[in-house]
Amino acid sequence: MTVALAFEDLSVRYGAVTAVDSVTADIPLGAMTAIVGPNGAGKSTLLKAALGVVSKAGGEALFFGTSLDAARAKVAYMPQRASVDWDFPIRVIDVVLMGMQRDLGLLRPVRAADRSFAMECLARVELTDFAKRQIGALSGGQQQRVFLARALAQRAQLYLLDEPFAGVDAKTEAAIVKVLQSLRDEGAAVVAVHHDLASVPVWFDRVLLLNRRLIAVGPVGEVFTPERLRETYGGALPAMQIA
Amino acid sequence: MIQSFLLQSGYNATLVTLGAMALGLATGAVGAFLFLRKRSLVPDAMAHATLPGVGLAFLIMVAFGGEGRFLPGLLLGAGVSSLLGLWVLQGLVRGTRLPEDAAIGIVLSTFYGAGIVLLTFIQGLGAGRQAGLEGFLLGSTAGMLREDVYLIAGGGVLVLVALFVLRRVLIMVAFDPSYATVMGVRPAWVDAALMALVLAVVLLGIRVVGAILVVALLITPAVAARMWTDRVGVMVLIAAGIGGAAGYGGAALSAAVSGLPTGAVIVALVFLAFAISAVIAPKRGLIGRLRRAA
Repeated sequence: MTVALAFEDLSVRYGAVTAVDSVTADIPLGAMTAIVGPNGAGKSTLLKAALGVVSKAGGEALFFGTSLDAARAKVAYMPQRASVDWDFPIRVIDVVLMGMQRDLGLLRPVRAADRSFAMECLARVELTDFAKRQIGALSGGQQQRVFLARALAQRAQLYLLDEPFAGVDAKTEAAIVKVLQSLRDEGAAVVAVHHDLASVPVWFDRVLLLNRRLIAVGPVGEVFTPERLRETYGGALPAMQIA
Repeated sequence: MIQSFLLQSGYNATLVTLGAMALGLATGAVGAFLFLRKRSLVPDAMAHATLPGVGLAFLIMVAFGGEGRFLPGLLLGAGVSSLLGLWVLQGLVRGTRLPEDAAIGIVLSTFYGAGIVLLTFIQGLGAGRQAGLEGFLLGSTAGMLREDVYLIAGGGVLVLVALFVLRRVLIMVAFDPSYATVMGVRPAWVDAALMALVLAVVLLGIRVVGAILVVALLITPAVAARMWTDRVGVMVLIAAGIGGAAGYGGAALSAAVSGLPTGAVIVALVFLAFAISAVIAPKRGLIGRLRRAA
């Protein structure tokens, strides 16, 4: 398997608190990997530290065997929806065009071809009719799909998604899963911070169990076991969720 | 009065009016980006922090036998002192976990107090030609030299060019700084560039609008423009337009009516634009909201 992202002894500290403790794991291409763990387990922090959004206390993250700076064109990111101000005066299409910033640079004007590619990305998340809306006029699920369309516009090989299914409607959930599976089938690596344990074996190929330190990583069939989950959640696991 | 609006009250008055317009355009545009980045109060501290620098630069220039009113020299002093204020502000926020608004309050009042002490001292000194220094408080176009206007207008144009070049990264960092980081755009650098542009318009503006009021010329056009549109680009253009029109109108008015402080007139016009927008803007204005509620 080709490794898209390798966490190597990665640690993050907030003051005296260790949020992520020496995590070492490989994320392969051509698979959907769920990052699973209780609240405060450092799931989002692990992604953000790899991406340089929060600083690392130790270790590193290698993208396609090299530094993020060297591999940036292959790496797409979808942050949590709650991380931005949706009252910002910007239209859906302009958010998607942000995903093409590396092509556009500072001065190149946006051409018709750029716009039509952005529209293709919106079509993949079923938002064609919303291109000219202000982002605040969308529902939560639609906003989530705008962020996914922006990540698609990056034409990456590794997609890192922070809680893509948090608080979305059923239609959005189905649309997002469809897009992520098609990315996986095209050979990309998809990594999502995920909360709903019941859907892990249905949607994902691999799972990374995290509770500050790495509990286990591997194919869902081998790793996603009641014992490992109990270890991850420290006995606080609601029975309903593994049923 | 009509003559000054039609730019027919003499070459110098015309030049000053156009200079104030360029200043308003640049300040309104920078202010729109600053508003979107949610840093609207920072320039208030930066502007008040210019005053000790103005006083010190005056004293130094007089001590070296100069006139003390050389605008580039005064602005250099203002810039150094404003950067010192910004540095203290960031030190307070990072070092003491003080919230930014409290740190702004401390920096603003301390530097302003020091500035007033210095300017009062200078007035009592009677050295050099200190007439016009009080213009740095409330703004004045009286006694401005032609070179001063060229400096202000030229600086305003440069600021607009820089904004055009940086517009995409400014918008990206304002909307989603984490995403910008992942895209290889460094928010710290973009913020530093934005603060440099803010410092530039504050320095260009303190002579015309005054240190106390220049923040109004940065923020009010942006707030008014936000009422009219849901698109960043359009918002920046409207904010620049409001700033430019207010600069033009304010300078023309204060040229026509003696004794009117230029800065206060410009700010009053900017507020007028905001008040009108708040009532009649279709989407976010009062009437629009009442109509939708009905």
